[in-house]
Amino acid sequence: MISLLIYKGILCVAVFAFSLGVAAYSTWWERKFASFLQDRVGPDRAGPFGLLQPLADGGKMFFKEEIIPNVSNRFLFILGPSLFMLTSLMTGAVIPWGPDVIIGGKTYAFQVTDINIGILYLFGVVGIGVYGIMIGGWASNNKYALLGAIRASSQMISYEVAMGISVIALIITAGGTLSLREILAQQDAGVCNFVYQPLGFLIFFVCALAETNRAPFDLPECESELVGGYHTEYSSMKLGLFLFAEYTNMFISSAIMAGFYFGGYNFPFAHEFYNAIGLQEGSWLIALIGFGAYFTKIFIFICVFMWIRWTLPRFRYDQLMNLGWKVLLPLSLLNLALTVVVEYFRGNIHF
Amino acid sequence: MALQLTNRSKVVSNKEQSVSEKLYLPGIIKGMSITLSHLFKRRATVKYPDEQRPRAEVYRGQHVLKRDDNGAERCTACGLCAVACPAEAITMESAERKKGEENLYREEKYAKTYEINMLRCIFCGLCEEACPKEAIFLTDRIVDTEFERDDFVYGKDKLVEKTDKRIDVSKRQTLEVAAFKKLPGLKHNTMWDGKKQIKDKH
Repeated sequence: MISLLIYKGILCVAVFAFSLGVAAYSTWWERKFASFLQDRVGPDRAGPFGLLQPLADGGKMFFKEEIIPNVSNRFLFILGPSLFMLTSLMTGAVIPWGPDVIIGGKTYAFQVTDINIGILYLFGVVGIGVYGIMIGGWASNNKYALLGAIRASSQMISYEVAMGISVIALIITAGGTLSLREILAQQDAGVCNFVYQPLGFLIFFVCALAETNRAPFDLPECESELVGGYHTEYSSMKLGLFLFAEYTNMFISSAIMAGFYFGGYNFPFAHEFYNAIGLQEGSWLIALIGFGAYFTKIFIFICVFMWIRWTLPRFRYDQLMNLGWKVLLPLSLLNLALTVVVEYFRGNIHF
Repeated sequence: MALQLTNRSKVVSNKEQSVSEKLYLPGIIKGMSITLSHLFKRRATVKYPDEQRPRAEVYRGQHVLKRDDNGAERCTACGLCAVACPAEAITMESAERKKGEENLYREEKYAKTYEINMLRCIFCGLCEEACPKEAIFLTDRIVDTEFERDDFVYGKDKLVEKTDKRIDVSKRQTLEVAAFKKLPGLKHNTMWDGKKQIKDKH
């Protein structure tokens, strides 16, 4: 029991630190990647290849003057970014980061907790995430911040519908399980879910862009219209938390997409590969290789997120709503209907 | 039709979008492939303090007040450069050479102070052209950045070349330039050719 607690504790801290570390280096990589797309060099002064840039940015954020507007609600003003950061870090708890490790006959999962409603948990936490933005923008007592917050909440609510329905289709294909562990384990034996759900993946991907407030759906922080959007009044590390949580969200949603649709820690011919180099099931090396495969997929997704941001212009707000309600929602319903019919004839659905 | 500057311009039309345009996906893929192609292109950045773009040999940068071969200052404080300067960046005070200072100043009259305001200077090179004593030249050095405006007023300490660190101006002082300076139209230059005065033809 104690050993389990210690093990889970270590895993918690590891996932927490890893999410934060990846988010920090995403900010660096975003600037680097943008510069590559624009034939520039990007940050290269702090350390080799500018690798210390996130530290410099973080240090700057900490030492900036903290301004809390007089007319704001102080408690909610501080609660906003804290909540946003908290929820974005909480989602990492249910993701299985690698295959199980067996040491001395005991199985250690590479996952903080395997709850059997993992997907519901994910959606619940992501749903709370919008409260951080809403409370922050509202408590600022600033028109622009409020407009940004309203945009963020209505955008997230609209896109969560299509996202949820595309995930229902995925759950049906995966045999009705809501546990992330099982969804990933299933793809170990067969092919990855993307083969069954290409349209579902596309819808999920577009919705993930909207949920993380990334371009071309970054209307909540639309500089050209709303000064800074929901974080107009924020300064110092509270602003840092908002910006930072966006990258954490991006990392987590990349992890979810890689896990749901591209097999997570599995890769083609994984077992043949492990057998060829003589690794036993449950070895920690397999877990490490599996985690490497997962991280590679996540990294590719993060790159695609950035690639899209530095290519596409921002949507207009009515276009955003049209896309969400008139295109993605019917498409996801169609996808769901098709999935149900196909799975019924394959005999996977019983009434 | 209006004046056409390039053949890349497109006439605006308000026609209905076609199905592929409404889908956005072909357009998105096209745009994404354009940005992706830039991933493999050469970086345009020159990391300035570390690497510098090559400058022309006749680049007009920070001025130098030349000394002659014996190390005496060439400038005689005639003020022609200050008169020629369109930005009025040059001021000077003259003084008479004392006995025993022949190795310091080439002419009997010399510049006690000589200041160029680098913020006013437009680096046109007219001072150089005006100079009858071949004393002032523009070089390919770049004026340093400063924090105070006053620091941009360069005195003789910064302008006169050091005897142990001569500055090469041979690229700007070519035979063609010397011949050009002797053209009859350039009156101030043709007044003195060594010690013999030449009558101006005009």
